[in-house]
Amino acid sequence: MKPFTYARPAVASEAVTTLAADPDARFLAGGTNLLDHLKLGVVEPSQLVDVSRVTGTAIEELADGGLRIDAGVPNSDLAADARVRERYPAVAAAILAGASGQLRNMASTGGNLLQRTRCAYFADPTTPCTKRDLSQGCSARGGWARYHAVLGTAADGCIATHPSDLAVALVALDAQVQVLGPDGARTIPIGEFHRLPGDDPTRDTVLAHGDLVTAVDLPATTPAVRNSTYRKVRDRASYAFALVSAAVALEVADGTVVDVRIALGGVAHKPWRATTAEATLRGRPATDDEFRAAIAAELDAAAPVDSPLGGNAFKIPLVTGTVVSTLRALAGGAA
Amino acid sequence: MSTTIPMSITVDGERHDLAVDPRTTLLDALRERLRVTTAKKGCDHGQCGACTVLLDGRRVLSCLTLAVAKDGSHVVTADGLATDDGLHPVTEAFLAYDAYQCGFCTPGQICSAVGAIDEARRGMPSAVTADLTGEVTLDRTEIAERMSGNLCRCAAYVNIVSAVEDAAHGTAPRSSTLEAQA
Repeated sequence: MKPFTYARPAVASEAVTTLAADPDARFLAGGTNLLDHLKLGVVEPSQLVDVSRVTGTAIEELADGGLRIDAGVPNSDLAADARVRERYPAVAAAILAGASGQLRNMASTGGNLLQRTRCAYFADPTTPCTKRDLSQGCSARGGWARYHAVLGTAADGCIATHPSDLAVALVALDAQVQVLGPDGARTIPIGEFHRLPGDDPTRDTVLAHGDLVTAVDLPATTPAVRNSTYRKVRDRASYAFALVSAAVALEVADGTVVDVRIALGGVAHKPWRATTAEATLRGRPATDDEFRAAIAAELDAAAPVDSPLGGNAFKIPLVTGTVVSTLRALAGGAA
Repeated sequence: MSTTIPMSITVDGERHDLAVDPRTTLLDALRERLRVTTAKKGCDHGQCGACTVLLDGRRVLSCLTLAVAKDGSHVVTADGLATDDGLHPVTEAFLAYDAYQCGFCTPGQICSAVGAIDEARRGMPSAVTADLTGEVTLDRTEIAERMSGNLCRCAAYVNIVSAVEDAAHGTAPRSSTLEAQA
């Protein structure tokens, strides 16, 4: 690990100023992803700016009926909050589906959104990776692509997936990210927070250097959101990243879909809001055939990767089955 | 060469003042600087749980924690769980149920179990809790899920789950009792 200096600012504004003044500095919060990357040599910062004592740890009611989650709230506390469990079950379920008890105690709300892809080539500086270095190609194409993207990709481009479970639920629920930057505070809708790789896969989010996530706001709950959940499909039953996952919220009245939210994990460079599927389903009967047709419309644009080491075409039927069974369960039928 | 930074930390009830390179993990500070070798270095990447300690009362991975960031905190390792009255009930249960073979993962397993039992008592749900807003019953399925961050390459999992189950419900026999029966 290359040497770095360590700063522990007293307030958030000082943290932002300190980071912005050093182009090679990084924020440190829970450290669960950053420490691993420091050891692997994936990142080599000049300075760590510790924000673990300046980002708040409160979950507070908002005037509009929503909740403000301070960026420093540990994942385990967020999942255990009685209001979150009752009003936003998909958020609690998504967090609990990820990592381990120890990691959830350490990881922060802000850091969870900013974790990097678990692509094995990204984590190994001895293999080419266009996400680490734009001048390099993608080793996952033609390599081990089992965990990689099928939506929002471009020919020959990065096929990394975003690893966060929490972010998938937040995208389904239209959360807002509060950010403090060198030019002041601003709000970013979570759906615009993470990026597709485009021509710069090194950037996961729209944040600029010096931007600090200070809180995440959940809007007032709705009948659909109260009836929401998160389903994660993975290679082992616990403590593994998603092959595919789905955060789904559903309100049905008289057998008809009144409101539906679907966000997918493990399929794209960012949590994927399935707007086509949602639009297809609204006002339609809550039946398996309709659910299947809606997700099929969403996956029309999917571009699986073929590879001698294992491609990811299996994600198309896996997403379909996951979303259909989750919708069926939320509609009141058996999963 | 990095400049060292002064810090203090309390480990198993004893306060230590030291200066650390900012790159030093809590695990390395414990083992290499303070010679507290209870927490083990398995993978050093947060995947195995052998380095689990209780940091200000919560189970965490000391290998993914920078020591300097925890200036002023209180660490309890499996060693520090014992009191003048004897071993911690979870430790007693691991002995009673033979919940190990080689023992390398055991200090981390015990700290993780202590944390997991505390989390369940505080009503914190897990991924297998049927009703997210309901009561938590620490059955074998819940224990397996909550302990999934601790790997055991000897695969003593069956007995680990039994040990945690009995410790959680206060029914673990004491090792002294077993010895008396032997």
